[in-house]
Amino acid sequence: MTQYSGKALVALILLAPVAALTADPSPGRSRDLVRMVRQDCGSCHGLTLKGGLGPPLLPETLREKPAESLRYTVLLGRPGTPMPPWNAFLTEAEADWIVRQLIAGFPEETR
Amino acid sequence: MKFPTAILAALLLSACAAPALRGTGDLGIVIERAGGSVVVVDSSARAILGRVEGLGDLSHASAVYSRDGRYAYVFGRDGGLTKVDLLERRIARRIVQAGNSIGGAISQDGRLVASQNYEPGGVKVFDADTLELLADIPATFGDGSRRSKVVGLADVPGNQFAFALFEAGEIWVADLSKPREPKVTKFRNIGSQPYDGLVTPDGRHYIAGLFGEDGLALVDLWQPEQGARKILANYGKGQEKLPVFKMPHLRGWAVAGGRAYLPAIGRHEVLVVDTATWQEVGRIPVKGQPVFVMARPDGRQIWVNFAFPDYSHVQVIDTLEQKVVQTLSPGKAVLHMEFTPRGEHVWISARDDNRVVVYDTANFAKLAELPAQTPSGIFFTSRAARIGF
Repeated sequence: MTQYSGKALVALILLAPVAALTADPSPGRSRDLVRMVRQDCGSCHGLTLKGGLGPPLLPETLREKPAESLRYTVLLGRPGTPMPPWNAFLTEAEADWIVRQLIAGFPEETR
Repeated sequence: MKFPTAILAALLLSACAAPALRGTGDLGIVIERAGGSVVVVDSSARAILGRVEGLGDLSHASAVYSRDGRYAYVFGRDGGLTKVDLLERRIARRIVQAGNSIGGAISQDGRLVASQNYEPGGVKVFDADTLELLADIPATFGDGSRRSKVVGLADVPGNQFAFALFEAGEIWVADLSKPREPKVTKFRNIGSQPYDGLVTPDGRHYIAGLFGEDGLALVDLWQPEQGARKILANYGKGQEKLPVFKMPHLRGWAVAGGRAYLPAIGRHEVLVVDTATWQEVGRIPVKGQPVFVMARPDGRQIWVNFAFPDYSHVQVIDTLEQKVVQTLSPGKAVLHMEFTPRGEHVWISARDDNRVVVYDTANFAKLAELPAQTPSGIFFTSRAARIGF
């Protein structure tokens, strides 16, 4: 088992939320995230994000909702609905980035 | 009478320009979901014949065939219903019939095409020749003010269509023997959140898979007065299910040799049911959460693909041994599989690798790779002759 020093742990805990709010994913990772949202989220929300079994993810439908709750919906899912948690595949920072892009108007895939 | 040379030449040329006569029994289409196009394919030559564009938003598109096998009716996510001529490789007709749609079916007599819609929730029925609207069946439930999303639409004998209502938890059977006067029989309280449905190949049983609880709902269409009953209830035995990253899909391909092979929701298992008693007779562990569980037409093999993140693999179950005998990796993001009419080959779409891979089902040898842009559904014309396709 890995041992962390107390100081390092405190530093990690303090740094984590700051990183979550500011860091953008690398260009390669953001390309993967765009593809994942368009294609895999798209199987329920539609490639154009106009909705399907899941609700639309367009700016006009999301703007009213607090970004914080959207982030937790992405990471933890919504019990009682088919929305699954994606936290095994996304960091909090990446979920934040996806939510910001959705609210701003989600990018198209580049090839 | 003598023809001037020029006229004779013109006649000869036009004869040459006319396409060679051919049937459509070995043709099909592959959906290119991101580009709103389909490619027309020949499963004998293992070749792409051409591309038809302009079909709108094809995320979650599906297709059924006219009974002569010439036309594909393609149902798009954006409510588009496009009739594609496979021989001339062009759009014969196209309408946008709803805001958000999930698929469709064609009637027993081939004269009616029905679309199942999420928005507005319901089923619309069209003349298969002209795509003229003949009947509109809103999926209203509760106090009548709400409309449910419709899933699992299937043609059943008697020019009927069966389907399930996701939010309402109901199964409806609509009799379209008088197309402008549909008669609807409703089965209520069939279970929580039906997500898709199938009719067995004999047209007798309609089964809706349930997302909101462990189990499936079954209606015997020969004895509808008996109502709906639950099968495989509590197959999860109260254990917490895994997150479901993609809804499984059900069709009549589930049935082989007196058994139905069904995807378990939130479990890495295929459930096996005896179709005489509808009791569970086994479960087969597989690599991920099954999306399509499809019997080869002869029933000797079951091919399974999986939800994200295990979606780059396909597994093959031998139905005599009742276990997985082969694991293949056709490419990234396998979305669909389709057997040639008698099952000697299978075509598999690998979305993120932009290709369709053809395998020999006897020895699992890769026979061909065909390029296609983000391919999803593959639909061969042999579906034209099958109940529930």
